[in-house]
Amino acid sequence: MAYAAGVDVGSTQTKAIIIDEHGIIAGRSLRDTGANVVRAAEKAFAEALAGAKISEREVEYVIGTGYGRYRITFGNAQVTEISCHARGAVKFFPNTRSVVDMGGQDTKAIRVNAEGEIDDFCMNDKCAAGTGRFLGAAAAALDLGLDNLGPTALKSDKPVRISTTCTVFAESEVLAWLGKGKKVEDILWGVHQSIASRSAGLMRRVGVEDEITFTGGVTRNVAMVKALEERLDKKLNVSEESHYMGAMGAALFALDHILTSRTPTKSTKSAEARP
Amino acid sequence: MSITAGIDVGSTYTKAVVFNGKELIGKAMNATGFKLTEVSEALFDAALAEAGLKRDDVEYTIATGYGRHQCYVKDLAVTDLTSAARGAHFLFPGTRTVLDIGGQTMKATRIDESARVKNFRLNDKCAAGTGAFLEKTARYMGYETEQIGGLMDTSREEVTISGVCAVFAESEVINHLSMGTSPGDIMQGSANSLSERSVQLLKRVKAEPEFTLIGGLLRWPRMVDAIAKQLGEKVNVADPELVQYTAAVGAAILGQVRLERLQAERVAG
Repeated sequence: MAYAAGVDVGSTQTKAIIIDEHGIIAGRSLRDTGANVVRAAEKAFAEALAGAKISEREVEYVIGTGYGRYRITFGNAQVTEISCHARGAVKFFPNTRSVVDMGGQDTKAIRVNAEGEIDDFCMNDKCAAGTGRFLGAAAAALDLGLDNLGPTALKSDKPVRISTTCTVFAESEVLAWLGKGKKVEDILWGVHQSIASRSAGLMRRVGVEDEITFTGGVTRNVAMVKALEERLDKKLNVSEESHYMGAMGAALFALDHILTSRTPTKSTKSAEARP
Repeated sequence: MSITAGIDVGSTYTKAVVFNGKELIGKAMNATGFKLTEVSEALFDAALAEAGLKRDDVEYTIATGYGRHQCYVKDLAVTDLTSAARGAHFLFPGTRTVLDIGGQTMKATRIDESARVKNFRLNDKCAAGTGAFLEKTARYMGYETEQIGGLMDTSREEVTISGVCAVFAESEVINHLSMGTSPGDIMQGSANSLSERSVQLLKRVKAEPEFTLIGGLLRWPRMVDAIAKQLGEKVNVADPELVQYTAAVGAAILGQVRLERLQAERVAG
């Protein structure tokens, strides 16, 4: 059995996925990127190998993606995270036309056509407003863990309106609202709505079309899913694998490479057609 | 001589001064925090104590800064642009352009020969051109705000910080640290990046000399040098003891102007 791997070195977390030649996930890993990007990628890959109970030699092709992709020492090739997220999203939700990827430091809106190819994309590259970092700043100011943010925000019945744009200023605004006696859940829900509003703006710039698939680390946050759905007035596709979508896409590209180099005449799509 | 007071409730620091018509006789400063009313009153009292006066001795008090409406000991509130212009004009009468860099704002103001505001631009949505940018850089490296000036003084070969966002600067700072760049050189790089933004803002108000720089960041000589170099012009800066109080001083002076007008009206009436 041949295996392919995708390693997504994100600004905040590193994800690795190993798939077999039928595109089925064999192993995975998720860890904080931290300061040592090279090491984070190596460790994530080693953990995914251990999970799949295979050795590195059995993995025929490895593709790196994410902001740290060029720092991966063991990979065979690199693909942008835009392509990888779109590929992963289309694999899990074949009717995907819009992808919104919300990560630790950036948010990307991608529009794909009926063939699953990217038509257009847009991302916040200069400013952290409306990204996962905005949530991180609020969590730090409120002394809450990232995993508690969503459930806490959902308890709100009277959200405050967060007026600052900059993530740095949001931290002060959160504290100011606390000082005025606002409830933590109401502040948090306001924070989620503010991010949703900025992300929806980003999505509108590339065009929003059904179905919309939500990918990236922030998909684990139930309140963010709800806030985006309310803002866009549409349901979002979210799965357990959403957090790994970039790594999954990279692994699928790696599998394409393996299969095409084996039988050059065969379409790259055939790998995905199988169950 | 009448006694007036100026209270500048800034986003990061609150400053209070007592003025006798000729010179400052009392001043006090502390972090603003989140209780704006309390902090403004406490500093008003502290400045009065230094002057050896009581609240009743003050004939007119003007509040300014972002929290001016939460300050209830005032007779009048004026915008920080107006008070900073007046304060800069008092310290350097030839001032035509004021650049004020505070904890969360950057403001460029062009004024006329009698300190009236002609044009202004602010950076109010983004922390990139403000003290918060330097503060974040320092914090990513494990330093406090008060150490920023000292850190910059150690810089010998500054690096270029290319990111604009204060949040994204974190990755850049970490990258530089991991490559062995000294914290001082990173700090100075960050100050240079801020200077670039300040010069862009100045261009947008069609700034002309003399330039007077005010605000908390200008208490660090290297920050002043960075802006002057980037601007290619001579700049006026009050001494570090006073540079943060400029808007508060301006507010106290406006108090004097206001009192004179009220007295003139009384005489006329």
